[in-house]
Amino acid sequence: MMLTTSPDTKKILVCCGTGCQASGSLEVYRELNKKLAPDTGVQVETYTKATGCNGWCEQGPLVKILPDDITYCHVAVADVEAIVEKTIKNGELIKKLLYRDPATKKQVKSHHEIDFYKKQHKIALRHIGEIDPASIEDYLDWGGYQALQKALTMSPQDIITEVIRSGLRGRGGAGFPTGIKWQSCAGQEEPAKYIICNGDEGDPGAFMDRSIMEGDPHTVLEGMIIASLAIGAGHGFIYVRDEYELAITNLTRAINDARIHGYLGHNIMGRDHSFDIEIVRGGGAFVCGEETALITSIEGNVGEPRDKYVFPTAKGLWGKPTVINNVETWANIPVIVKDGAEKFASIGTDKSKGTKVFSLVGKVVNTGLVEVPMGTSLREIIYDIGGGILKGRAFKAVQTGGPSGGCIPADLLDLKVDFDSLTEAGSMMGSGGLIVMDEHTCMVEVARYYLHFLAGESCGKCVPCREGIRCMLEILTRICEGKGEAADLDMLEDLGKTLEIASLCALGKTAPNPVLSTLRYFRSEYETHIRDHRCPAGVCRSLTEFYVDPEICNGCGLCTKNCPVNAISGEKKEPHLISQELCIRCGECFNRCNFMAIKVK
Amino acid sequence: MAGNASQVQEDYMSVIQSYPEEKRYILAMMQDLQRQCNYLPREALEQISRHVDVPFAKIYSMATFYKAFSLVPKGKYAIKICDGTACHIKSSAVLIDQIFNTLGIKPGETGEDGLFSLETVNCIGACAIAPVVVINGKVHSKVSSSGIVDIIRSLGGHENDADN
Repeated sequence: MMLTTSPDTKKILVCCGTGCQASGSLEVYRELNKKLAPDTGVQVETYTKATGCNGWCEQGPLVKILPDDITYCHVAVADVEAIVEKTIKNGELIKKLLYRDPATKKQVKSHHEIDFYKKQHKIALRHIGEIDPASIEDYLDWGGYQALQKALTMSPQDIITEVIRSGLRGRGGAGFPTGIKWQSCAGQEEPAKYIICNGDEGDPGAFMDRSIMEGDPHTVLEGMIIASLAIGAGHGFIYVRDEYELAITNLTRAINDARIHGYLGHNIMGRDHSFDIEIVRGGGAFVCGEETALITSIEGNVGEPRDKYVFPTAKGLWGKPTVINNVETWANIPVIVKDGAEKFASIGTDKSKGTKVFSLVGKVVNTGLVEVPMGTSLREIIYDIGGGILKGRAFKAVQTGGPSGGCIPADLLDLKVDFDSLTEAGSMMGSGGLIVMDEHTCMVEVARYYLHFLAGESCGKCVPCREGIRCMLEILTRICEGKGEAADLDMLEDLGKTLEIASLCALGKTAPNPVLSTLRYFRSEYETHIRDHRCPAGVCRSLTEFYVDPEICNGCGLCTKNCPVNAISGEKKEPHLISQELCIRCGECFNRCNFMAIKVK
Repeated sequence: MAGNASQVQEDYMSVIQSYPEEKRYILAMMQDLQRQCNYLPREALEQISRHVDVPFAKIYSMATFYKAFSLVPKGKYAIKICDGTACHIKSSAVLIDQIFNTLGIKPGETGEDGLFSLETVNCIGACAIAPVVVINGKVHSKVSSSGIVDIIRSLGGHENDADN
């Protein structure tokens, strides 16, 4: 693939991440290539590439045109002709494809002018949406493998010291200092050592690792190769969820290309160091995100965790010293080595350095991946970057840290997010999911949802986790069905504390978090379920009744059109009525109504 | 499945033998077989057991432990409803109910005609376009409770007996 392009060359970047592909970006990409093929007589020099996920999936398919710096949103195959004829050939803007800022109502030409991007600080995601993940040349053009070149001139101890000084903490959840982990592994006498990349991103609601593996696979490889120099490892493994097909394809290709270029394999860059990487596809078990379970799974077993009286850095894969880090952690390593520890450590808070990628999803206007310096407040992330809550509704809570985390209420919106502040608030960083909830999210049901998830994912090895989660789930299900009792809340707290103390691994130890944190901040909502047999959010079906407020309803008919069971009737421009016999309480009308005319009894 | 039994056995064997006789490749063999057959047939698991010299009981425990595998054949159209958090709070549970109302199948089941099977998946990482439904690899984004019925109909699914 030719990349030596003149500055006038129009570069057309089509986002082909999972989100945009679902909205049809591959078809757009193919159509663009067809319309710009040499035999079509287009006189402008062009270069089209499919990039990884821009993170702004909500507006996909996204097409960027450089050097003009134009971003088009929601591009359909039918728009391609106009893009070629007007924008590529004549430099004209197509207004209807531009993003319209909901606050100013103005159309915006470049995504750099949009708040969603403007307030971000990209390190781990620095190349995503800019480079072609299938091209090692493109990665090299962007300064790729320069960190490795530099690392080859450093001693192993210097590399480790640099990582320690950067203050980087593991992005997978627990936030253990990465450099210390490497140091401990490097100090082991054993000659055979391993490096593992944990790409078993199991937290429902988090997808930054997928995006990095799909959109910038060489960064992950480069980070792992640098670590292999530092600790003296000869083999590495990337454990990826089998569901992430695109990530596996792009990683496989990247590994092959890196071998051809001499960055991987025997005698890397002609030096006396050999290192190779193999991909292992996960079997879809959440517990395998736990490092000891993941290691057991690579060995070819049922992925059960073990007690960590000896850490994997001493005895890991096949009993050998092993460094295991998360995808996002690996993506930070080349930047730290290349630009130096000071620069990295200048970003973030006292004890949490650098940036964190969050997947901002749920009831928020701009959903997608967001990378911000540690210490950014929840309010900045949700309101300034995320654009606030959908349909201008009230913010209720944000869930962080996946099933191991908790829910943070509105009065903590100014919390500066880092590893420690989240833990203090009864939640945790986890892998960085931020799920925004509005008034139509029932906190009891959310807790029940997580416990249901964890009950299915508990491996069953230890009793507190296996039986405790199930007991808690039973109680929560009862409460959601309106059969809760006053004593249930104390029982939940008691069980939760037992799990925290007695479970074998982090899955069980953190499993009560969703329950304990919602009990801490939203106890009254539990009590309303138990005492008044009412679900104020209108989610728990046995406790919900929707009705139309005739004062507000203007009879637009949007709800009637979207009701799956035809339970809503009414003349045009007249207040509508919901039939309680037919209603299945799906909440579709509530979500659709632009006037908040649907109410919950 | 009658047909050419020995041919089928050979097909399993060619997948299994493409991997070395090592325990650590069991998961990969199962994934390839699951893809080829749409489920893990008992004979195939027995062949894995012989190939890597690991007791059948251990192979079976792996096949049942990992979510990606099924011991019964899936439908021609395998519907995967994402029930990750983002999809869940955007009402993915309603989609599951709608499929039950339309096709009469629950998660983990395959319809009698073998046309559709339903399962939930934890998160496919497409949270920004929730709720998502994946059918034979095609991702459907922002699926509404009436939209899912349209999708099923377009694939030839018929309304279940009841009118509700």
